[in-house]
Amino acid sequence: MSDALTMSARSIRLSRRNVDALITSLMLPIMLMLMFVYLFGGAIETGSEYVTYVVPGVILLCAGFGSATTAVTVSQDMTGGIVDRLRSMDVGGAAVLAGHVAASVVRTAASTVIVFGVAFLIGFGSDAGPLEWLAVIGVLLAFVLAISWMAAAIGLVAKSPEAANGFTFVVMFLPYASSAFVPIDTMPSWIQGFAEHQPVTPVIETLRGLLVGTPIGSSASEALAWCAGILLVSVALSGVLFQRRTA
Amino acid sequence: MNQDWAVEATGLDKSYGDMKVLREVDLRVARGSVFSLLGPNGAGKTTVVRILATLLRADAGRAEVAGFDIVADRREVRRRISLTGQYAAVDELQTGEENLRMMGLLTGLRRADARARAAQMLEQFDLTEAGSRRVSTYSGGMRRRLDLAASLVGRPEVIFLDEPTTGLDARSRQRMWDVIRGLVDAGVTVFLTTQYLEEADQLADRIAVIDGGRMVAEGTAAELKRQVADQRLEITTRGAAAFDQISRSLGDRAIRADRAALTLGIATDGSAAHVRALLDEIDPSGDYVERFALHSATLDDVFLSLTGHTTRQQETADV
Repeated sequence: MSDALTMSARSIRLSRRNVDALITSLMLPIMLMLMFVYLFGGAIETGSEYVTYVVPGVILLCAGFGSATTAVTVSQDMTGGIVDRLRSMDVGGAAVLAGHVAASVVRTAASTVIVFGVAFLIGFGSDAGPLEWLAVIGVLLAFVLAISWMAAAIGLVAKSPEAANGFTFVVMFLPYASSAFVPIDTMPSWIQGFAEHQPVTPVIETLRGLLVGTPIGSSASEALAWCAGILLVSVALSGVLFQRRTA
Repeated sequence: MNQDWAVEATGLDKSYGDMKVLREVDLRVARGSVFSLLGPNGAGKTTVVRILATLLRADAGRAEVAGFDIVADRREVRRRISLTGQYAAVDELQTGEENLRMMGLLTGLRRADARARAAQMLEQFDLTEAGSRRVSTYSGGMRRRLDLAASLVGRPEVIFLDEPTTGLDARSRQRMWDVIRGLVDAGVTVFLTTQYLEEADQLADRIAVIDGGRMVAEGTAAELKRQVADQRLEITTRGAAAFDQISRSLGDRAIRADRAALTLGIATDGSAAHVRALLDEIDPSGDYVERFALHSATLDDVFLSLTGHTTRQQETADV
């Protein structure tokens, strides 16, 4: 446990100093949000102010992208010399990966707060009370943990940090085929099935419901089920993969 | 458990698919000594180190490190060893001090103790001034020293160094050697791999030569040198009959023989007196030897004399 804390402090410090990655994970969601609100927003009919519709999606994209970079940091450790050193010191895989995930949570929390700030500046309004905000934090945390552990597992498989970086693109594009930017019923019917049932959609619908009061329905339980499922599989898988990668 | 040996391995085998990387490797390293595993690229040096450092499982054979079985008592072994590999295991974006402090915490030191130990290691490795700078600003030699310092924070009994000076310039290498000598004075056991004969010679009490995954020789530097010497006298004989005659009289002393080219190699110290004596001895009448040349002994000569084959194309520099 104390190893995990030490490794977390290390990963957070490394994240903080990796200025390029930090700026990318901040700028990208903000640019996307501005682009969708000001460039595409006028042409998209969602039944409400577009900024109100799109912010939950952008927040999720920000959280997903930030978490996905865990694949890169894990891969850097696995392909460098540090993993051998740590293992020969009997620092377990769980501590190493937990450190990366902790850093991911901190990193993503910071960028999400900033993206929320920008959203309010450009006219996003929320009627969420303290309880709803707590729930928003809970849902985002569950999502970030799930994606971060999945990214950690990907980072263990990737042959290089560059290859691991591919995962961040997959995660970044998932929200496009969801209700993040446009309502699903405007999509061609063959993709609606995917968009409705992929993990990102219930998470977004839950956030949207909590923040702006749209109906949530079964989205919340679906969202949590997805997150819990991804988390469990990823943690178990990364345990096996760490063993195998370092055997 | 044997108290005399820091490392004792018998019959280590390792294969990747059809490729046999190690075959029945046996070795023993006395406590408090420097042991060098000498061999060319791909000989299996790193594999041996990774197995002994509990990072890789051997297919067969067993080994004890610091008195504990590397499989059954892996945790006990890990508590007593350190590994410094070919890639620096330090974080570029942390300062030297932060890297060392992190290692201290991971070896179970309290915060204050980890800080004190880090300062002490920086001092010992002549990095105090650089301690507050990020490692990304360090030179190659400084990085290696920090890496070694990081591996020593937990006061290991047995230190594995996998090619500690590969890629360093002559001055940094010299400095690294001084550091390694300092470790031995402190009483730890050092197990190092190298491709440089000179490095093994400078540092090691005993040297084992590995080639193609097999141990081909073991002994002190002096013992190995006796087989190779510093120079090699290469003679070209006048015809096959002369070749056979000289080859027979030389016996084991011919460290290389090529009947097709009619050449034979004999170890020498390169002095005129010794070369003259050798020529007089093998060719008293002056009829058998057509030409001769002197070559500096290389690591290849060690391998050649021990294994009968070279590791790469032999360069010749006729005198």
